[in-house]
Amino acid sequence: MQPSDLQTITHKEQTQRQKHRARLLCCGSTACLSSGAAETRDTLARTVKLHQLGHEVQVMTTGCLGLCSRGPLVKLQEPGQPEVTYAGVTADVARRIVEEQLIPDLGPSPEAADAGPHDLPHLRASVHKARAARSLHGHVLPAEHPFFARQLKVVLALNGQIDPERLEDYIAHGGYGALARALTTMTPDGVVEAITLSGLRGRGGAGFPTGVKWKSVRGAPGNRKYVIANGDEGDPGAYMDRTMMEDLPHQVLEGMALAAYAVGAQSGYVYVRGEYPLAVKRLEKSIRAAYRQGLLGRQIFGTDFSFDVDIRIGAGAFVCGEETALMASVEGRRGMPRMRPPYPAQSGLWGRPTLINNVETFANIAPILNRGPEWYAGIGTEKSKGTKIFALAGKLTNTGLIEVPMGLTLREIVFDIGGGIPNGRRFKAVQTGGPSGGCIPAEHLDVPVDYDSLRALGAIMGSGGMIIMDEDSSMPDVARFFMEFCADESCGKCVPCRVGTTQMHRLLQKIVAGQGGPADLAKLERLGDLVRRSSLCALGQSAPNPVLSTLKYFRHEYDALVASGAAAKEPA
Amino acid sequence: MSTDVTLTLDGRAVTVPAGTTLLQAARQAGLEVPTICYHAHCTANGLCRMCVVEVEGARLLQPACIVAAGEGMKVQTRSPRVERSRRTLVELLNSAVDLSEAPEVQAQLTEYGADRERFPEAERRAPPVIDDNPMFVRDYAKCILCWRCVQVCADDAQYTFALSFDGRGYETQIGTFFDKPMPETTCVFCGQCVGVCPTNALKPKREWLLQQGQTPDEIMALTRSERRRRRR
Repeated sequence: MQPSDLQTITHKEQTQRQKHRARLLCCGSTACLSSGAAETRDTLARTVKLHQLGHEVQVMTTGCLGLCSRGPLVKLQEPGQPEVTYAGVTADVARRIVEEQLIPDLGPSPEAADAGPHDLPHLRASVHKARAARSLHGHVLPAEHPFFARQLKVVLALNGQIDPERLEDYIAHGGYGALARALTTMTPDGVVEAITLSGLRGRGGAGFPTGVKWKSVRGAPGNRKYVIANGDEGDPGAYMDRTMMEDLPHQVLEGMALAAYAVGAQSGYVYVRGEYPLAVKRLEKSIRAAYRQGLLGRQIFGTDFSFDVDIRIGAGAFVCGEETALMASVEGRRGMPRMRPPYPAQSGLWGRPTLINNVETFANIAPILNRGPEWYAGIGTEKSKGTKIFALAGKLTNTGLIEVPMGLTLREIVFDIGGGIPNGRRFKAVQTGGPSGGCIPAEHLDVPVDYDSLRALGAIMGSGGMIIMDEDSSMPDVARFFMEFCADESCGKCVPCRVGTTQMHRLLQKIVAGQGGPADLAKLERLGDLVRRSSLCALGQSAPNPVLSTLKYFRHEYDALVASGAAAKEPA
Repeated sequence: MSTDVTLTLDGRAVTVPAGTTLLQAARQAGLEVPTICYHAHCTANGLCRMCVVEVEGARLLQPACIVAAGEGMKVQTRSPRVERSRRTLVELLNSAVDLSEAPEVQAQLTEYGADRERFPEAERRAPPVIDDNPMFVRDYAKCILCWRCVQVCADDAQYTFALSFDGRGYETQIGTFFDKPMPETTCVFCGQCVGVCPTNALKPKREWLLQQGQTPDEIMALTRSERRRRRR
């Protein structure tokens, strides 16, 4: 393929699209599929066919539309009119959307008959449509709905516009344009420079500057290098990476190819969590399609650059999200972390220099190069640039997937976008960063969300999971839950993590059951400090975070439990 | 390549060749850094974390057995934080594993003034003794997962690869592939693993039988009957 072929495909796609007067986009990501999106899509297609609208109305699958709690979601696009998003589209609602919104004329309606001699066909149609819209009113999500209005879609811009499984669709929206431009007009150093300028930081959680990492891999000696996309997302309640791989697989692949060009790698792996079968399926399909079109493989766009991508599927170990454990797993060994240094940039996969980034980081690359690093650096806060995708879960009115500029406050995320706590309950805490993160109480809700502010609070940005808890949640119990998770997911390699997390879990169990004493609390804190300071990898080093942050902000809850425990022990 | 680096160990300037680990440097300088999993002939992995030292400027305690000495590094091998960590680490090990036949670890428990009852909630792992071959028994209730046996079985010495890991977290245990009995694995009964085991989790069969109260004659009779059985 030559760069000019991208325009040919784009042109062909646009001509094709103009043949339809309306498009129905049905969400096809895991969240909506689990609430019945497959049936919704079938019904849409069947009803369109039944009314012989097939040549004018297009029904297609698209990526996650965001408001997952109200799924299945369907979007209606008509040229010249604002988009309409429908929520809770069951098969019956799907049928009504087609019949009441897209059939131009169902015969004279009572209102239209009253209009008398001025009765015009289009008037009749619009009145009918307005009436029908009322019947679907409960399902329409207004465009000014704060859930949508406060978001800024940079990485997810194409979600809800394209069919994840169609390469042509991605190309028609500018896809692989950044790769073509980079390969033909930019030097690898130029690409690294652009990423450095953009201020992008790793989206996997630690927030290491991406440009710096790329530069060190580029500078590492060796003629064989690797690129790995880390899609082993394991935090409970988080699904940003899943969405990226399911809904925008080509954007991830393009980012990987750009990274490979920049650092001088020839092959790459996408490491996908085993629990994401749809992501694997779509990635496989996308990789095949890209190879067929010459966007992967040998001599891409007629240049000397060749890049191969393969998929590796994890077997369900949380620790394999840690980069050295992930590489061991790719190599076919037991997924256990090793000491760093040497960092993967010097000695990674099979001892070669390896660039390993989160899939979300890779998905940021093409938008940065398309719109310029300066533009990207203009979004966000001083030290955290761009946007971040979060998965909102827990006791919240609107749960789902959001993309917001860095620096929005937690309050804006929880109360404006998330719609606050349902059932008139009071907000208690938001847990960020999964089992490695911490709980942030109400008094810190006005903190801007960026890497450094969250770290200062004892939490972390993490990969982007946010679990919101209301007053009914017991914080020691939350800490116990995360500790159990970490103890269970420890690889068993180093003593502080293997034995320490288990002991912390036992102590928490005892405290939560009301059998602990003040000495147990002190022991818990000391042990947390040890596990944090002397564990081998980030799993152990961050495992005590939920405990230590809840001890910091919700000490009174622990004290109450300990006091009740002491009371229970008193001889009656 | 042979450049030297100078670092400060407990306030003392020490010059060592580049690439020397902090542990080697400390021992060269006559400083005692305790180790459990470390073995001079095995790849160091930094598992037991007993050898952790405090390096100025590092957020975390660094395992001396892996971390290479760097120019101008300031290292504390006996700071209060290091001592406290080591004490808690042996206490943790003691709470999880039967250390009764691990003299080195016992000495460390005493040296660091460990409270053997600090974690009374702990449940020691108690997997049954595996007696599946005539040469040695495996009692993983005594195993501290130092990895020495796995490593000597693999590319540190024998290249046999009969030993591996099972389970994860607290339940991690050394084992064979698919839990096969030893004679059905690639094991050649070289005895390297028994030789490097620091806690007597791996033990020669004869020693074990003697401890079980069998007399040497009874043991001889056992081997004889086994030989006879095999001949048939």
